[in-house]
Amino acid sequence: MPLDERSIYLRKLVVRGLAGGGRGHLGPAMSLIEILRVLYDDVLRFKPQNPAWKERDRCILSKGHGCLGLYAILADKNYFPLETLDTFCKRDSILGGHPEAGKIPGVEASTGSLGHGMSIGIGMALAARLEKRDSRVFVIVGDGEINEGSVWEAALSAGKHCLDNFTVLVDYNKIQASGPTKEIQDLEPLLDKWRSFGFATTEVGGHDASALRGTLASLPLVARKPNAVICHTTKGKGIPFAENNPDWHHKAKIGPNEVANMVIALDNYHA
Amino acid sequence: MRKVCLDAVYMLARRDPRVIFIGSDLGPGVLEGMKKEFPERYFMEGISEANVIGMAAGLAMDGFIPYVNTIATFITRRGFEQVALDICLHRLPVRLIGNGGGVVYAPLGPTHLAVDDFALMRVLPNMTVMAVSDADEMRRLMERSLDWPDPIYIRLAKGGDEVISKEDNGFAIGKAITMRSASTANPVLFVTTGVMTTNTLAAADALAAKGIDSTVLHFHTIKPLDIAALLAHVAGAKAIVTVEEHSRVGGFGSAIVEALTDNLTAFPPVKRLGLPDAFSKHYGTQNDLFEVNGLMPNQIAEATERLLNQL
Repeated sequence: MPLDERSIYLRKLVVRGLAGGGRGHLGPAMSLIEILRVLYDDVLRFKPQNPAWKERDRCILSKGHGCLGLYAILADKNYFPLETLDTFCKRDSILGGHPEAGKIPGVEASTGSLGHGMSIGIGMALAARLEKRDSRVFVIVGDGEINEGSVWEAALSAGKHCLDNFTVLVDYNKIQASGPTKEIQDLEPLLDKWRSFGFATTEVGGHDASALRGTLASLPLVARKPNAVICHTTKGKGIPFAENNPDWHHKAKIGPNEVANMVIALDNYHA
Repeated sequence: MRKVCLDAVYMLARRDPRVIFIGSDLGPGVLEGMKKEFPERYFMEGISEANVIGMAAGLAMDGFIPYVNTIATFITRRGFEQVALDICLHRLPVRLIGNGGGVVYAPLGPTHLAVDDFALMRVLPNMTVMAVSDADEMRRLMERSLDWPDPIYIRLAKGGDEVISKEDNGFAIGKAITMRSASTANPVLFVTTGVMTTNTLAAADALAAKGIDSTVLHFHTIKPLDIAALLAHVAGAKAIVTVEEHSRVGGFGSAIVEALTDNLTAFPPVKRLGLPDAFSKHYGTQNDLFEVNGLMPNQIAEATERLLNQL
C-alpha cells in the first residue's frame, strides 16, 4: 500500500519526536498512522482549543507505547506546538515515552501498561449513555496487547452492555516485541474471537486511508453491539529497514545518521 | 457495617446523580432498592475486578462518583495495577469498598484474608485509606465520602461489631479521634485502627484496673495520616503501642513508625501488634485468629505490660 503525502508528513513528525528523544517505539507508532489519521481527520468530534469539551468523542491509545504516532497527530491538530515533539522524553517535557492524561492536551487516559484502555473506554461509553450524549469511544489496542486477560474481561463487559458507541481498533501488525504473534501467542481466529465476545466485527487494510474512512463511517456495524475493527497493518510501515523488524519495536541511542536515513527512506517510500 | 455502607451508597445516589454503584458478582439481593430505583446507575458486573476498576475510572473521568464493592482481598490484589494507574494516577474520586477486611473471612482461609490491604493501598500516591471502628462511624464516613476529591479505599469489618464511636467526637477524613484520654501525665499511648480500637479500649480498661493509665488514639484514616494528632499525643507518653488487624509489614504500625522517625529525633519505645509475616495456618472465627495472633483485649494488655516491664 503506497503512502500519500499526508501519511509521509505524519511519519516525519514521528521521526522528529524520535530524534528529539534519541529513542522510542518506532515500529508500533508507524503501524498506527493511518488509523490515527483517519480518526482525527474524518471521524472524531473534538475541539483542540477545548480538550475537555463534554460532547467530544474519546480516543484512547491503549497501546501507549505507540505514543509517537498519537503525539504526531495531536501536534498536527494544534493540541500543542510542533516544536514540543523535539522535547520527547526530555526531563521537563510533557511528552513521555508513554502518554499521560492531564499533562498532554488531547490525551484521554494515561496508558503504557497494556490492557487498561478498553475498560476505561467502557466506563466512558457508559457515561455517555447515562448522560444521553452521543459521544463515541474509540480504543486502539495492539495485537501483542490483547494477550492480556483484562482485554477479554473488558470485551465480555462491552458485549454485555450492548455498547454500540464503543469501538475497538486492533492494530494487527502481527509482530510483538519478541517476534511474530504467530509464534509468541497466536491470536487466530481473531475475528471469531471478538465476534464470540459479542462484538460486531469487520477487518480493513490499516494503511488504506480510504478503506478505513469507509469502514469507520459505517459504525455502528450492528445496532446494540460494540464494534471491533481489525486493522491489518505493517509494523514500522514507511521505513523499509524497520518494517516487520522486531529490532525496531523499541530503540534507544538513535543518532543523527539513523534519523537522516529514516527521512530519506520516507522521501523515497513508494511500496 | 456493610449494610450501613451500601445503604449509604443508595442514599447518596438519591441525593446526587453522579453516584454509581458497581459490584463484582456480589450475590443476590445486594442493594435491591437502588437497583429498582436507579437501574441505570446500578451495575452488577461479572467476576472481573480489573475490568470493573477500569470501568469505574472511565466513569469517574466523565464526572461520576463510582462506589465499587467486592471482597477486600480481590479489590486490592487482583486489580492492583488498575487501582494504581487507572484510579490513582488519574486521581479520580472512585471509592473501593472491600468486604471482609483483615481476618473476617477466617473460615475461608488465606485466599480470602485481606491482611495486606493497608500496605497495598497506602503505598499508592493519591489514595485515601480508611478503616472505621463500627457501623455508626461508617455512616459518618460515607456521608463525607461524597465530596472527598481523591480515591478512597474503605475496609469493611465483619458486621455486628460493637459500637464504640460517638457522634460527639465528630468525624473528618484524615483526623484521628481520641477515644480514651489518660488522666496522668505519663501514660501509655495506644494508636489503633478499625475494629482493633474496640479490643484496645477493653485492654485499656483492664490495664487501668491495674493502675496503668493510657490514651487510645483511633485512626479511622490510615492515609492521609493525622501526624499532628500523633505527635501531640506522643509528647509525654511512656510507651507507644500500635494495634492493627493487618500484617506488621507495611501497614498501620509501619505508617506510625514512619511518621515518628520522619518527624522526631527521639520518641518513646514502640511496640507494634498485628499479624505476622506469614500466611494464616488456621481457620475458625475472626476471634480465633485474633487469639492465635495476640490481638484479643487481654493479650493486648499483656503485651503492653511486658513492654512496660522492659523499660
